[in-house]
This record gives sequence, structure tokens and C-alpha cells, in this order.
Amino acid sequence: MNKTSDFEIRNLHAGIESREILKGLNLRLNKGEVHALMGPNGSGKSTLAKAIFGHHEYQITKGEVLFKGENIVELEPDERAHKGLFLAFQYPLEVPGVTVQNFLRTAYNANRKARGEPEMEVIAFNNYLVKCLKRMKMGLEFAERYLNEGFSGGEKKRNEILQMVVLQPEIAVLDETDSGLDIDALKIVSDGVNSLRGPNFGALVITHYQRILNYIKPDFVHVMVDGRIVKSGGPELALQLEEQGYEKIRKQYASEAAAEPAGAAA
Amino acid sequence: MEKTPQLSINEQYKEKYGFHVAEENYTFKSEKGLNRNIVEQMSEYKKEPRWMRDFRLKALDIFYKKPMPHWGGDLSGIDFENIHYYLRPTDKQGKSWDEVPDKIKETFDRLGIPEAERKFLAGVSAQFESEVIYHSVQEGLTKKGVIFTDTDTALREHSDLVKEYFGTIIPPGDNKFAALNSAVWSGGSFIYVPKGVEVEIPLQAYFRINAENMGQFERTLIICDEGSRVHYIEGCTAPVYSSDSLHSAVVEIIVKKGARCRYTTIQNWSNNVYNLVTKRTAAYADATMEWIDCNIGSKLTMKYPAVYMLEPGAKGEILSVAFAGDGQHQDAGGKVVHCAPHTTSRITSKSISKGTGRATYRGLLKVYEGCHGAKSNVECDALLINESSRTDTYPYIEVDEQDVSIGHEARVSKVNDEQIFYLMSRGLSEDQALMMVVSGFIEPFTKELPMEYAVEMNRLIELEMEGSVG
Repeated sequence: MNKTSDFEIRNLHAGIESREILKGLNLRLNKGEVHALMGPNGSGKSTLAKAIFGHHEYQITKGEVLFKGENIVELEPDERAHKGLFLAFQYPLEVPGVTVQNFLRTAYNANRKARGEPEMEVIAFNNYLVKCLKRMKMGLEFAERYLNEGFSGGEKKRNEILQMVVLQPEIAVLDETDSGLDIDALKIVSDGVNSLRGPNFGALVITHYQRILNYIKPDFVHVMVDGRIVKSGGPELALQLEEQGYEKIRKQYASEAAAEPAGAAA
Repeated sequence: MEKTPQLSINEQYKEKYGFHVAEENYTFKSEKGLNRNIVEQMSEYKKEPRWMRDFRLKALDIFYKKPMPHWGGDLSGIDFENIHYYLRPTDKQGKSWDEVPDKIKETFDRLGIPEAERKFLAGVSAQFESEVIYHSVQEGLTKKGVIFTDTDTALREHSDLVKEYFGTIIPPGDNKFAALNSAVWSGGSFIYVPKGVEVEIPLQAYFRINAENMGQFERTLIICDEGSRVHYIEGCTAPVYSSDSLHSAVVEIIVKKGARCRYTTIQNWSNNVYNLVTKRTAAYADATMEWIDCNIGSKLTMKYPAVYMLEPGAKGEILSVAFAGDGQHQDAGGKVVHCAPHTTSRITSKSISKGTGRATYRGLLKVYEGCHGAKSNVECDALLINESSRTDTYPYIEVDEQDVSIGHEARVSKVNDEQIFYLMSRGLSEDQALMMVVSGFIEPFTKELPMEYAVEMNRLIELEMEGSVG
């Protein structure tokens, strides 16, 4: 058997109720790497993100998600976070009455506790949060605002990356973080992601467009069609897609799929 | 010479039941049920002035005549004949710590309440150990001319003041339970704040010692003279253990010109209690009244703090929070009545229903003709935790004036699974995530509380929320 990567998805089948959306997806990602996952609408990109994090509406019927060699598909979402996974949501939720600061301190300490580390005191945490806010070019008043309530689309996305910067995951999945961002916000968000890049951080950037990849340079690019990754390559693949659109690759994939017996994913 | 003790009041009776430790048989407590004699005896025992005795008896007649309310919650479980209407303080003090149910003790433990306070809260001891605090508070108040005592003492020591206002805001005829309270009241707080005096620290019921703080039929009267300011806090977050099943208080408040009063309640009743309380304020010119009312526990609570804005510029604000746990019914809300032009009011109601709990918002907004420029805003938010939880809203709005600004909003929300998933994806457990959503929901309430109460409040909700996750 091959040596496992830090994060590996093996033959993942998942869907909602009886509808299968992921049809044998394979992906390997190591810390220190940034992967881009591109694909047309409806190809299952967001389903993948939610399935990785154990959203209860998505059932995994087959396959494994290995993180540091351990299959995590049976774990609760919080347990996955404790292990060092992070998901930046495409549509972050509003939680009225809960300040960003209170929420992040609770989350930060929940993770530390689960890892057997001492919790951080309020003042120490606030100092830490201030640093993170500055890194994200966010005003200090942000910490006092209620989580995502009344935030603009761009603020919500920036807040997702702030959370990532605070929680310092080992592997992060960014689900269309670029959608709805103007160019300035896109730069700030990208800077936030880039600031975490290094040997202890890996990311899967799910996106529809090549644009964000100008700022977050991927090491690998994967193309997803109909619940599977049909093509992988280097950064040039993203540019190629941008030029040609998804149609060509979709057609190519469709003819390949027709030639193969269904579900015979290797 | 001695006749049936219940029927005749004589020297011997008083000696026997009033001023000495009770003899085994004939304690006042031994008699259950309600009749004229009990009311007379009670009044006699307390050496009340004649007018109070007459007031009680009149109220008793009204109580008999008034039908039970046919709205609100299910009151059929109340047996008026099976209640001790008056317990002497010594009887209460006599209860031992061993008699307090384990569940209550356990909750005290988990809330981290000091031993002395626990006993006090459980009704075990009337001696609050922080006498020092009590005395220094009292001294400071006395210097300013503020009176803060229990209502029985006030009736003895400030009879004229009590007589002038007692029963003027909530007359016995107001409703059956107000009549009952008027007939058999005991304890409660009396506060008088003189003209222009501001009381900086919140006055808390447990500063009062040697008094029946949490009687079944407590009667509170607060008078804020012109330009004065006071904040009163009753209750605490520990469950009030009562072996008696009916709590029916009356709270009357007068806020005179330019004065400001805030009344904060946090009560957590054990789940056998019917909590039926009438609270009302008369607010005069440019006066402000704020009711901050939090109800947790009980079998049924019916409580609608009210503000009558009687002169121009008066303001009323009601913030009501109710938490209906499994099998509980919280029927709560508020009433604002505009009787003068340019009066302003706001009702904010937040309710949480968990398990088979039911939270009802019931409120009245009334604007009389001629109250031009009146403004009012009513907002009710209900949060349902489980599929079996229930909420209802009964907003009564009666506006007889054209030139007004009225807003009303009602929202019901369920705990959103996506929110929980979002929070959990950051490392919060499901319990923590749910708690965070709930504490955020009542944040408009907790942020109005003094720090230590807010902290306790959150811990309490945490305890209540336990086991909500399937």
C-alpha cells in the first residue's frame, strides 16, 4: 500500500438521502501544499467540503477520509476540528448575540482543551486576537460585533479567514471563499491564507474561477466533474481551464465515463 | 377561658403562638385553608393597624367573589384549601438543611453558591452571614433618607407612608390573585427614595435579613420620589425551593416626576410552583420605569409587568425573558398603557422553550385617545429548542389615538442545525454550540444585568440546557 499523505480522500462516495453526489473521489494533500479544486456548478465541490466535515445531511456510503493516517468519517465535526481541520464556509452563518471575540475564545479553548493544552486566559487571548485582526486588516471593533450578524458578504468571508488565522489548523478547506469578494477583499483574504503557508499548513482551495489563484498560488490543481476528480495538474491547468471553460473537459470526461463501466473507480 | 384557638384571639393565644417558640400542637402553621379568622389572626399576630386588617378582609371578600381566570395557563391544580396562608418566620427558620431536596442542593453545588447563601436560599436560615455588608449598606441608605426594609416592618415604622400608597396601584379588585395577596400578604420589600436621591448600588432583596424574603404572598411597594433613582434586584439564579405550591406576589411601584426605577427579577422556581404575580408601575411626568424580568422554572408562571404612563414624557420599558423547560408553561409578557401625550414604551420579550416546554407571550399595548405623540415598540422573539417545544403569542394592541408611532414584530425561530454545524466545525461541542446560540439569543437581557448576575444567569441557562441534545 502507498504511503499515506497527511490528508487523503479514498474512493469517497457520499450524497444526500438516496442521491449520490460524490462518486468515488480520490485526493491526496500534504501539509506545505496548496491544492486548488475547480469544477463547474453542480460537480459536487461543496458537497465534498461538507462531507469532509461531517455535516449530518451528507451520508458517506463508501470510502475513507484519512487525516494523519486516521479515518475520520465517523467523527463529530468538533472532533475533526480538534484534530486540526478547518472549513471556511461558502455561506457563513449568523449567530446573533454572540460576539466574534467570545466565540473565537470559546472555540480556541475548546480545541486546546481537546488537545490536552491549558486554556488561554481572557486577556492573553484578547491580545492574541488583536494581532490576528491586524493581520487581516480588520478593525478592533470587529471583535465586539455579533458573529456575522449584519456583516457584508466580504466581511463574512474575511471573518472566516480571521477564524482560520486564530485557530491555526493544519489542513484548511476553503469553500468558494472568493465568491462575492471585490478585488481589495480578495487580496486581504489571500494574504491571510498566504500568511499561514509553510510546512505545517496545507489547504484545499475550492473555487469556480481562476482569479483567486493569482493571489494564492496553488501547487496542484484538480478538476472535478460529476462527483470525481477527472484531471489533476500544476498551476497551468487552472489557466487552461480559464481559457477553455469547463465544457471541453466535461465532454471529454463524459466520453471516458461512457467507455468505462459505471462505478469502476480505481 | 380558652376556646378553639383558630376562632378566638386572646392573650394566651398571642403568647402561645406569637412571641414564643411554638408549642407542639397549635402553631399558626397547622391550619390550612382560608377564612376570615385566619386573616384576622394573621393581622392580629402582626399587630397591624386597623385599616390594614379591614383592607385584608375586604380583599378576602373580593377573592371569594372573583372567578378564576379562564385564560392563560391551566390553574386547575391549585387547591386553595391545601395551603398554609401564613407561616411565622420561626417556622420557616426551623426547616433543616436535611429537608432540602438533593436536586436543589446539587444545583447549589454546581452554581458554586456559598454555604450561607444556600441555606438562606433554601429557606433554612434567616440569618444571612454577611451582616457586615448588610449593615454598611443600611447605614449609607439611612443617611440619605432612603427606607429599605421589609413591608411588615414598614407598616409598623412608616405606617403613614404605607397607608398613602398601599393598594393604590394594584387594588384588591384587580384580579383574583391580587385579591388573595391583599388578604394574606406577608413580607416583600418596601423602598422609599426621597426627592432627588440617587441610590448608586442596586438594592438586593437578600440584603434584608431577619425578614421573610421569599414568602408565598409577598408584597412589595416602591416609591421613588421626584428626581430620584433606584435599581432593585429580586431573586437570584438559584432555584427557590418552596414546599408550597403557590407563589402569588404583588409589586406596586410609584415613579414620580423625573424619577427613574429599574426592577430586575431573576427567579428560578422549583417545578411544582404556580407563580402568579401582579406587577405594576405608575409613572409620572418624565419618569422612567424599567422592568427586567426573567422567569425560569415553575410549573406555570403568569406574569405581565405593567407600566401606566400617566403624565407626559413618561417612559416604560419591559424586558421579559422566559425559559420553559420540560413540562413547564411560561405565560409572560408585559403591559404598557399610555394615558398621556408624548409617552414612550418598549416591550421586548424573549422566550426559550425546551423539551415539552411551552412559552407564551401575552402583552397589552394600549394608547388612550388624546395621547398624541405616543411611541411604542413591541418585539417578541421565541426560540424553540426541540421538535416538541411550543410557543404562542397573544399581542393585544388597542390604540385610540391617530397621532402615534407603533411598531410590532414577532419572530419564532428554531435552533438552526446549520448554525450548530458551523459552530461545531470550529471545535465547539454540540452542547457548547447550542448554549452559545441560546446565550446569544438572550444577550439583550444579560447585558442589562450586573456582571455577577449575568455570569450566574449564563451558568444557570447552561444547567437548564443540559440534556437538550439528543
